[in-house]
Amino acid sequence: MGFDVEKVRADFPILSERINGKPLVYLDSANTSQKPRSVIDAMTSFMEHGYGPTNRSAYHLAAEATDRFEATRTKVARFVNARSASEIVFTKNATEALNLVVRSWGGANLGPGDAVVLTHMEHHANIVPWQMLAAEKGLEIRWVPLTADGLLDTSGLERLLDGAKAFSFTAMSNVLGTINPVADLVAAAHRAGAVAIVDGCQSVPHMPTDVQAWDADFMAFSSHKMVGPSGVGMLWAREEILEAMPPFLGGGNMISDVRTEGFTCAELPAKFEAGTQAIVEVVGLGAAVDYLTAIGMANVRAHEREVTVHALDALKGRFGDDIVIHGSPDPDVRGATVSFAFRDVHPHDVSQVLDQHNVCVRAGHHCAKPLMRLLGANATVRASFYLYNTPAEADVLCDALAEAGDFFCL
Amino acid sequence: MPGLEDLYREIILDHYKNPRNRGVLPPPAVRAEGHNPLCGDEIEVYLQVEDGTVTDVRISGQGCSISQSSASMMSAAVKGKNVEDVRALVSRFKNMMSIEEGEPDTSVSLGDLEALQGVVKFPVRIKCAVLAWNTLAEGLDISLA
Repeated sequence: MGFDVEKVRADFPILSERINGKPLVYLDSANTSQKPRSVIDAMTSFMEHGYGPTNRSAYHLAAEATDRFEATRTKVARFVNARSASEIVFTKNATEALNLVVRSWGGANLGPGDAVVLTHMEHHANIVPWQMLAAEKGLEIRWVPLTADGLLDTSGLERLLDGAKAFSFTAMSNVLGTINPVADLVAAAHRAGAVAIVDGCQSVPHMPTDVQAWDADFMAFSSHKMVGPSGVGMLWAREEILEAMPPFLGGGNMISDVRTEGFTCAELPAKFEAGTQAIVEVVGLGAAVDYLTAIGMANVRAHEREVTVHALDALKGRFGDDIVIHGSPDPDVRGATVSFAFRDVHPHDVSQVLDQHNVCVRAGHHCAKPLMRLLGANATVRASFYLYNTPAEADVLCDALAEAGDFFCL
Repeated sequence: MPGLEDLYREIILDHYKNPRNRGVLPPPAVRAEGHNPLCGDEIEVYLQVEDGTVTDVRISGQGCSISQSSASMMSAAVKGKNVEDVRALVSRFKNMMSIEEGEPDTSVSLGDLEALQGVVKFPVRIKCAVLAWNTLAEGLDISLA
């Protein structure tokens, strides 16, 4: 089936908004994505007609609400090719999913002197929880360096992984757009006897995902970056690993019995879902997965690749040496996230001028300060494209950038 | 929507491109450091306080035009002032930035700093403008400790 970006755009109500008579040019989807009508309607309709508690009450409405909630789990499992729906755990966000892994799996399996391997392109969410555990337990954290092109430098990976217990890495950099060779990295981790944890936040919304083909052990990802609502994150993990792990948060829903002497855990995945979940948002996420599935993730990736090629060519062609684009120029190993430095204009000021044209980009450190230090920058401008962006929007970005240059570099 | 001219007044761009009092001061001058965790801006303020007067000030670090020009204009405004007057100016400035409650003390003159008033129309940039001032206040506390 063909991919028609105009048809996609028509599905997203916010994209027809005009501010000061000018269209919205939303280039911040690596931060959070916009929502299609079907997601908005699913949530509204559920609240109007079907809302009730999940997994708790016996009446009809509650049973229906539970079915809707659980249907999303099945859709998500299929979307990433998990073995079963019980391998999908809902969390507050992907950050919580990573914290769950670190606290529950790491807390039970890591001890003084144990090594965990991270990469130099991780988001703070895949750094700080490990550092917190490392401080408590005396863990060693090792870092996979990057090449000048912003790819992982895997030349010394075997040595770094030697004796390590876990390798936790992003499938796609939220700053450089680099797409990492996940299956190879997982294989390297397993050869060393380490568990492989994948941060899928940036990759899952933008390309097909197959956790079984990767042979990974864990993957954290988020709803709000994949046209779903905020307030839900997801953890996928192998069932046998989840079974062996202690629970994360304690409370209602995650127990099978509680006595004054103690408690026993519920079956998966309830064991990791303490308290009332984001019921409405999970229903919305189900509609988001339906939406992306209908379009086809291979089509999403192909479209974004085309927009990225155009954006890279336009930025370089127009600004030459006045622009430094971080990361690889090769569209086969990068996604649609483009971070850059423009002349000597501070990213905050660039973004301010762009905002006058309704061009929404992120200016800052993108929650990846170790990477920023490596790039020698306090901040970058980041334009990130998604299935609803067009090559023409990359041209609007260029026009607005030219104006920022005129304004600040007299 | 307010225009760019409301934010980037000429005097602001002048201080951005030609920052005053850049550099460091050796001890016994005090050093205070401020970060804007949102955007990564960093600033260092060096203060030489003698007999209750700020006799010298230097600014280091990096950031956007608003944070840098605010720091530069601040350095020019506080040099030579006694500590009470500097504190009053900090308070007046933060009042102008709408982050301090109460009636402004209009007896405290803002001078060139009034050019930064337009920042208030761009709420996300208020933090940029105030970064140097919070760091200055911290420096004063250190110098008097």
